[in-house]
Amino acid sequence: MSKVTNILVCGVGGQGVMTATEILAEAAISLGFDVKKTEVAGMSQRGGVVTSHLRFGPEVLSPQILPGEADMLIGFESAEALRWGHMLRPGGVALVNSGRIVPPVVNIGLFDYPEQPVAQMCELGLRVHDFDATALAVQLGNIRLGNTVMLGASSDWLPFPAEVLRDAVLARFGSRKPKLVDVNREAFEAGRRAVAGETLAA
Amino acid sequence: MSASQPVPAAARLFLSGNEAVARAVWEAGTRVAAAYPGTPSTEILEVLAKYPDLYTEWSVNEKVALEVALGASMVGARAFCAMKHVGLNVASDALMTMTVTGTEGGLVIAVADDVGMSSSQNEQDSRYWGRFAHLPVLEPADSQEAYAMTRAAFALSERFRTPVILRLTTRICHVKGVVVAGEREAVEPGGFTKDPRRWVMVPGNAKPRLPLMFEREAAVRAEAENSPLNFRVDGSDRRIGFVTSGPAFMHVREAFPDAPVFKLGLSCPPPIESLREFAATVDSLLVVEETEPLLETELKAAGIACHGKDVLPRTGELAPDALHLGVARLRGEVVAEPEHVVPQQVFPRPPTMCVACPHLGVYYTLSQMRNVMIAGDIGCYTLGAGHPWNALDSCISMGASMGTALGMDKGRGKVDANKKVVAVIGDSTFMHMGMQGLLDITWNRGNVTVLLLDNRAVGMTGGQDNPGSGRDLHGEETTRVDFAKLCEALGVKKERIRVLDPYQLPVLFKALREETKIEEPSVIITDRPCVLIDHYVPTKPYLVKEDRCTGCGNCVDVGCPAIHVIRRDKEVKASGKEVDLSFVRIDTSACTGCGLCVQPCAPEAIIHAEPVQPLQPMQFVRK
Repeated sequence: MSKVTNILVCGVGGQGVMTATEILAEAAISLGFDVKKTEVAGMSQRGGVVTSHLRFGPEVLSPQILPGEADMLIGFESAEALRWGHMLRPGGVALVNSGRIVPPVVNIGLFDYPEQPVAQMCELGLRVHDFDATALAVQLGNIRLGNTVMLGASSDWLPFPAEVLRDAVLARFGSRKPKLVDVNREAFEAGRRAVAGETLAA
Repeated sequence: MSASQPVPAAARLFLSGNEAVARAVWEAGTRVAAAYPGTPSTEILEVLAKYPDLYTEWSVNEKVALEVALGASMVGARAFCAMKHVGLNVASDALMTMTVTGTEGGLVIAVADDVGMSSSQNEQDSRYWGRFAHLPVLEPADSQEAYAMTRAAFALSERFRTPVILRLTTRICHVKGVVVAGEREAVEPGGFTKDPRRWVMVPGNAKPRLPLMFEREAAVRAEAENSPLNFRVDGSDRRIGFVTSGPAFMHVREAFPDAPVFKLGLSCPPPIESLREFAATVDSLLVVEETEPLLETELKAAGIACHGKDVLPRTGELAPDALHLGVARLRGEVVAEPEHVVPQQVFPRPPTMCVACPHLGVYYTLSQMRNVMIAGDIGCYTLGAGHPWNALDSCISMGASMGTALGMDKGRGKVDANKKVVAVIGDSTFMHMGMQGLLDITWNRGNVTVLLLDNRAVGMTGGQDNPGSGRDLHGEETTRVDFAKLCEALGVKKERIRVLDPYQLPVLFKALREETKIEEPSVIITDRPCVLIDHYVPTKPYLVKEDRCTGCGNCVDVGCPAIHVIRRDKEVKASGKEVDLSFVRIDTSACTGCGLCVQPCAPEAIIHAEPVQPLQPMQFVRK
């Protein structure tokens, strides 16, 4: 692979967007790539918008992905995926958690949450695959497994074997927390199964 | 692999710029490092604190941090301090004299500019401080350079006996890249030499040092002309030559891989003659600098024709898209429409206060008060300016709420005569720069009610400790300030100081009403820890008994993110007035049972999700 791969991960502060991107970065590093990762997350701990940019390849200069240049968009929240849909390159793919996080400004009636964020993305001509990663994570026993589910779902679309990413996820918990390793392996495979059969457009 | 592990040389680490700087500071044999937390610089000291063999501290503000570093340098130790751009304004008083005394042990000041303003009250260019103070400025372009230039900065500082500014930006601090690191040097402090003519800056001693300062500046300028930190990248397309520094270098290389580039690492004083030579090799010169047209002005003053802010954005980051547009403008080309889909308008998602945040009750109460002018300050509690509270009328700089409030009080005319003046400040902010303002209020008999929101943490930057938390940077127990006594010492009458629980809304409201009525300085201290920091034992969550909910929406006005509106309706009152109704549900997985929303709920529709023991007060367990 000679070119740089651009992955944009987006979501809401507190969802584990930055951790997930960090794991993707570790997988790329383990393969010897040059890697850069950056966030726009000044106040993200307070429920704001988070986007994490990951670029890897033989040599990476700028850390930022520009609009229309992302090979893959991993959206941890529906409306956030719609917000960042324009970052995808033609032929790129968006992987979207259909779960919703409704902010206070919508609750107090100042703004509306889009009715069908994913449908709106499809209308724009974007290639989207969505599933309820939040529900899957809750089924598996912990809403915080959502980011592992999303990583699992993305794993067969990456320019390296899914196992490399899975190992990077599991390495987070080491051998000291076997329970977490097991449940994360399960979450990873559940995410992977949820989007099985999809292939990355050329 | 984490930044704080002593790793063998040539290991490939994946580090943020902040982590890379910390690693290099440690490797340089530094003995003392100090900072006040501020985005995007905060992590430098957090990471550095994990390394062995050096003293690290949170200081109460950046000026003190710089003074601590200078003291260490005076005794010959290598010293370091870090701050965000606005912090250097605070530290500038000490800085402007240190430039005259110079330093002994290497002293490096890392300053993180928030280019693009992800979390700051202004966008400013700290390179100006280098010009103003006649100090060298180094500008890394990524994590590896942040590491290497930090090492170089200590050497430069000791060679020229000067503090060195390491100018970082958000795209250095918060970008991770691959770094090849080394090992820690053994550096023994040379010891203190008494020399009042150097260290005691009375006019008679300072005057003879000014020429030395300019000699030093000239020597650093000569260094800049030949420094390997300033280099050229050849390119085949010589129509435009770029002069750039910092992360903008990476953007230029990304956007115009075939163009010649002059990259400045040691950018102050700038290597004007080398730049003049470079300019002669290209058709036109474009200066790509974030934020101010500083170098551009210097080049023009030196008679070197160049472009810069005439075609590039005046604010924000100079990422490749901005560069493409700028260059197209310079070449007189028509800019092609971008190929990607148009960004979709989605509701804004501003940062909000946390579920059960002790500030929620304060802002709910303030939003219920009429005829108040509220001077705000810098921290989590600045979010009170947003929906649903809209309860701040100003926010200027750290600690400014005190003085601003006094000014509102003293300056008001007839039209504001019946208004109450309230100042809001956090615990860390109060100790950083607020104390002096309160003293001014008491001394000058201001009619201001101060709300001191003590959550025992620097909440906005991630909950760092401060003298109000009773713990230091390492989490170890230390002196804990008593805010009531401190305020008393600053001149507030004992009977005008109240300490109360911000979760008790009626108590808070009554206290505010009473204190704002009395025409003298008063302080209301709200004392509950940040929910993210201390181990917080949640009580049973609440739920909404939907058949009892009348849709009054009072609970929504509290602003807790765990309360969701599930249905809206309209009701026409007997008077003919139309009222909006909001029927709610509580996200029981997020609710911690703080009870704030229960208090304004008129129909008692909010109840515990499961039977509980007789209601216990909230419990907080210290780490």
